[in-house]
Formats: sequence, structure tokens, C-alpha cells
Amino acid sequence: MNYRGIKESTNKSPTSKLSSKLAEFTLGSRTPHNLSRSRVGKTPSKTTTTEQHRSKSVGRGLKTRSLTPSRNPNFSGVGNGGGDRYIPNRSASQFELGHYLLMNQNSQNESMLNGSTSAPCSPSKAEYQRKMRENLNGGVSNVNAASVGDLSDCRILAYQKGQAPQAPQGFQNQNHRVLYSVRAVPSSSCKKTLRHIPAAPERILDAPEILDDYYLNLLDWSSQNFVAVALLGSVYLWNAAAGTIQLLVELENTTDFVSSVSWAQDGNYLAVGFSTGATGLYDPSRENTLLRMMDGHTTRVGSLAWNSHLLTSGCRSGEIVHHDVRMPNHVIATLSGHTQEVCGLRWSGDGRHLASGGNDNLVQLWSAAMTGQGTDTVPLYTLSDHLAAVKALAWCPWQPSILASGGGCADRTIRFWNVNTGTCTMSTDAGSQVSALVWNSEYKELLSGHGYPSNQLTIWRYPSMTRVQELTGHTQRILNAAASPCGEFVMSAGADESLRLWHCFKVDETQKKQQRQATSTRKDVGRSIAQTIR
Amino acid sequence: MATEAATRSSISLKGSAALVQEFFYFGINSILYQRGIYPAESFSREKRYGLSLLVTNDDKLKSFLDPLLKQIEHWLSCRLLKRLVVVILNVQNKEVLERWQFDIETDKDVTESGANSTREKSEKVIRQEMSDVIRQITASVTFLPLLEQACSFDVLIYTHKDTEAPSGWSESDACIIEDSQEVQLRSFSTSVHKVDTKVSYKADI
Repeated sequence: MNYRGIKESTNKSPTSKLSSKLAEFTLGSRTPHNLSRSRVGKTPSKTTTTEQHRSKSVGRGLKTRSLTPSRNPNFSGVGNGGGDRYIPNRSASQFELGHYLLMNQNSQNESMLNGSTSAPCSPSKAEYQRKMRENLNGGVSNVNAASVGDLSDCRILAYQKGQAPQAPQGFQNQNHRVLYSVRAVPSSSCKKTLRHIPAAPERILDAPEILDDYYLNLLDWSSQNFVAVALLGSVYLWNAAAGTIQLLVELENTTDFVSSVSWAQDGNYLAVGFSTGATGLYDPSRENTLLRMMDGHTTRVGSLAWNSHLLTSGCRSGEIVHHDVRMPNHVIATLSGHTQEVCGLRWSGDGRHLASGGNDNLVQLWSAAMTGQGTDTVPLYTLSDHLAAVKALAWCPWQPSILASGGGCADRTIRFWNVNTGTCTMSTDAGSQVSALVWNSEYKELLSGHGYPSNQLTIWRYPSMTRVQELTGHTQRILNAAASPCGEFVMSAGADESLRLWHCFKVDETQKKQQRQATSTRKDVGRSIAQTIR
Repeated sequence: MATEAATRSSISLKGSAALVQEFFYFGINSILYQRGIYPAESFSREKRYGLSLLVTNDDKLKSFLDPLLKQIEHWLSCRLLKRLVVVILNVQNKEVLERWQFDIETDKDVTESGANSTREKSEKVIRQEMSDVIRQITASVTFLPLLEQACSFDVLIYTHKDTEAPSGWSESDACIIEDSQEVQLRSFSTSVHKVDTKVSYKADI
């Protein structure tokens, strides 16, 4: 079946580097259908006690599908708990009581119920639903239930009822308004720049069936200019120079999915993490692309990071494993610092530190071991300042000791850490969930990818942290972002099943040449001075 | 003291009451901060359970909570507390908007002293379970409706029928919300006290 798996958009501005046509290509039989997209994100699901709730909330509720890559039914929670997800718990809802009361009700107005099934909004039906809801809620505000309830013989006492100190006059509860209301950033807060940053993406690629899961890392751009993107059970490579597409991995088992991708620094090898806990190593240039499969985890591998021949993988259980990909016994060390899913993992540019971020709201810094193999098994620093899961991590390319980290939707801050002292040097409220961070050395700027409400990419000047530009376009939250090897382009993957390519760090060639000349002459001068002194 | 506590693996009724009381201290503070009952500036960070938690700095609020928690610890250690409810209500019309309910089950066999006075469970595990609950309270802002009006809170406790009401405490109704939505959160257990958490809130209609 012929099908446009990753399709280029209609944006017309041609670029020198990425101008070639995108070929149509063949893909397996899987068709993307928007209707069946599942949500695996942090959305809390209501308990079953609210089964009866109104169509309003059902409308935007969860959509299920047969292929949902949900977790294993035998999976009994991660480590010491599955984090802040709401797992329906029927034990609290007094089902038997609800059923009993419901049956009583039924026998009384059976005829009424039979007649009302076709009329969705008739008053009798509404009344029935109200009763049903009351009953399911364990008989609250129900006279019958009060006598059955186990706490009926209790004495209820209130401490200084109504005497709790009042909030100061004029205080308005705006604490979490950002989570509910869209607040446009005033344009004055964006600092004017001399350079032009295109507000629209250079091109848009379709990414059907990309998993909308905050905890996965589904996009990476190699130093050889290939973009790897994981779409459910397959991994595609997009050759950014030629515009061609290659299907690298396709899983046969439809319940499994790819949970992370990461290119080695030299761009020759791609590591792929799977929902089964396995990690695959691929060489796209070979006929038989799969080099080896490595185990080491029991649940999905959500994050991967390379440090020359060392591949570090983070898993849902919170374990981090170092694999030496050259050795038959590849597992060098297992780090168990996190208690929940590891969703961010980055080696510093100099390879001396590893940063990991988890759903336990912690950022942990690990220093490379003295033996040169992996890291110490005890974290150098455990940083607990974030108030939500930490996915976005990025090391500053020009200051190797600076790490930037971004928190999830309950936190919404970007923090900067000095790895030498373990202190937070700076913190900025980004206004929404931070899902990606990318540094740019050319302009000394930082780009961050966000979720609700604006789903934008924000460019920040570092270290002043003033907003340079907001790039909007994604209609749902941004999941990942990666920079091109030249640094000028950034690719963002959104939950709206699109990849957008932004030319946001465009370098002016003539200006750069002048700069280069200026620095080289300055160096020459310095050299001659040194010679005269000597 | 801290290191001694961390290595201990058995827990007594008194110790459990102290732990649960501490949990309520951080739990109530987290609710007040997360739900925006008081201005965010009046809270400061405190590290506990491996998390950064926000506790109030406001002297008036502190002097309200301190005797309350002291009494709760006393009741916990006497096995009299069955349920603690934090009710969030509209200041103007006293309408109940949210109800955070902590059901407490006490091990009936445990005695205050003697052979059967302790249970085996390490403090580390208990604190981990508590941190999971607190984290869920923090995350609950994503689904709870925004409290637009000025709100206040009350603390209710369910206790045994014959319990003496100390000064400051008075009889109350249950402050039930009609037609509420409920979300069950995690539970934790010190193996002496088991605490189930549940939040019910007024459904958006």
C-alpha cells in the first residue's frame, strides 16, 4: 500500500540545505487514524465512581482503541508507586451498596425507565441519572445509605469552624490560573533582535501515530544529518540533506511500541528503546540494519544517552543501566537512584557528568567513574527543586558545567544548575509544561518546547532569560525537539502528529565571515605580541 | 535523632501517630498552597520526603494549625480518630466546593506498651508511601476546577461517639457536596495507621 508516511507541507520558502523533494514511499499496512489515537500522558482519569458523568466531560474524555499500547495488564506498578497517575480504585465506591440501592430504585420505577431509554434528555431520565450518580457515589446525601454507612455512629467535630484565618484582603486566587486560561504573552516581553527569525516553520512533516506520551523521547537528529522519529511501532529516518525517507524498524507485534531513539555522537549508530525493555542497536548504512539487541530492563525504555561507546538507558522502573555496546556482557552498571520513570537522560559534552530526570520530580547528577567505565553508582547530587516530572535536560555547549532542566505542568520552570557546586543558579517561570530544551551556541540562546496552553517554542536569551521569540504552530503539546548538526534548524515533534522544522537560528554568512576575519586578525596580533615579548 | 529514626524498622503506636500527624501537616499545607487558598508568597519551601514542599509562613495560620495538629496526634495515639476531612468552602455563601477526606484505620491489636506494641515497617518505606500521596495532591490541580471565589477551609474529624470535645472543637455536619465527583488517591500505611485519601469536588455543571 502506497502511502505518505512523513509528508512534507506546502510551505513554499526554499532552503538551500533542505530543498530537495520528499519522495513518496511505501509503508506497511498500518493506516493512521486520528480517531484512535490514545493518550498515555499525564491526564488523570476519573475513578469509576463517576461513570455516569455528563456527556460534556465524556466528549473530551479518553478514546480507546484496540491497539492501545497500554501497559502490561500484569504490571503491578513501578517500584514504590506509579507516580501521580490516578488509577481507578473501586474499593472506595461501595459497589454492592450502589447496586442494592439501584435495584430497589429499579423495581419501583421500572416502567418509567423502560419508556425513557429513547429520550436522552427527558426529565425522568435526568432524575434517574441523578439517582444513579448518588448511588454510585456510595450513597452520599441519600437517606437510605446513611444507615448503612460504616461511620454513622461517629461524632463529627470541627475545629474552630469558620475561624480559619482569612486570606488577605484583595487576594485573588491566581495561583494556577495558567493551567486553565490562555494568557497571551505581551509582545513587549519579547526583546527585539536584529536578526530575522521566521515565525512559520520551514516545513511540516506528518508524523502519524506518534505517541502522545510525555515520558518518551521519540525524536533525534544525528550529526550526519538524519532525523530519526519513532511512530508507534516503527522508526523512520528522514535524510535532511536529500529529503528521502527510510523505514528502519518495524515491530511485528502490534502491542509493542518504540519508546525512545538516540543517535551515537558520530551519527553512525542509532539506539532504539522498546516498550518491552529491550534496547536495539542499528546501523542504517548496512543491509541488515540490526546490529544487536540488548536487555537489561523489565519495562519500557523511555530515555537513552550516548557517551562514545557507552549507551545509557533509563527505564520506567527508575533504573538506569550503562551498556558497553562493544562487549558481549554489555551491562556495566545499574544505577537505582530514581524511584519512578526516568524520562530525561543526557551526558554532558565533555563526558564527565550524566544528568537524569525522572517522574519522581528529581534531577540527579552522576559523575563519571574513575575507572572510565560508566558512572559512580551513587548520585553526585540529587536536586529536588522541580515540582513535577523532569524530561527536558540540556547541557550548555559553551559552559560544560551548566545544565538546564525543565519541569512538567505542575512546575513549569526552567532551572539552571552548576554541576560543580550542585546549586541552582537561576530559575525562570516558563508558563507551561517544558518538554524540550535546545541550546544554540551561535547566538548564546536557549530554545524550549512547551505544552498547554500555547504549544509553542520559546527562544530565550541566555543568561538574561529574556524572551526573544515565540514560535507557534503546533496545535497540541510539543513532545520533543532536536537541533540540526549545523545548529541552524530545530525540528519539533508535536502531539498533533506533525514534525515542524524551524529555521530559527539562521546564520548570516557575510556577517559571519567578517567576524571570522576579525577574530583571526586579532589572533595574529596576539601572536606577534607574544613573539616580541619572547 | 534523624539517623536513628531512619534505621529503625519497627514502629510503635506513638511513633506512628507522630508520623501521621506530620503527614497531615504537610498534606494540609500542600492543599492550601496548591488550591490557592492563601497567597503563594506566604509559603516557603521545606524539604521533606525527598520533595520540596511548601509550608505556610503566615503566623496566624500557623497558630491555627499547631493546636489542631497537636490534638490530632493525641487522638491518633489514642486510636480515636477515624477520619479527617479538609473542607474548602466559599467564604461568602459557605458553599462546600471541595472535600479532602483521609480515612484512618487503626490496627486494633496494637497496645501502647508491652509485647504487642510495635509493628515491623521501616520509616523509609512509610515516608516513600507518604510522598506518593503528597505528590498526587500536588498533581491534582490539573483536574480540579479552579476556585474562582475567595475560599476558606475547615478541618473536620470523625471520632468515637463518646469522645470528649476539647475546647475549640464543636459538633458539625459532614459538609457533604451534592452531586460530587470523586477521585480516589493513593493510600499509605504505617502498619499501625492506614490512611486512605480521597478528594471529592463539585462537578462543573
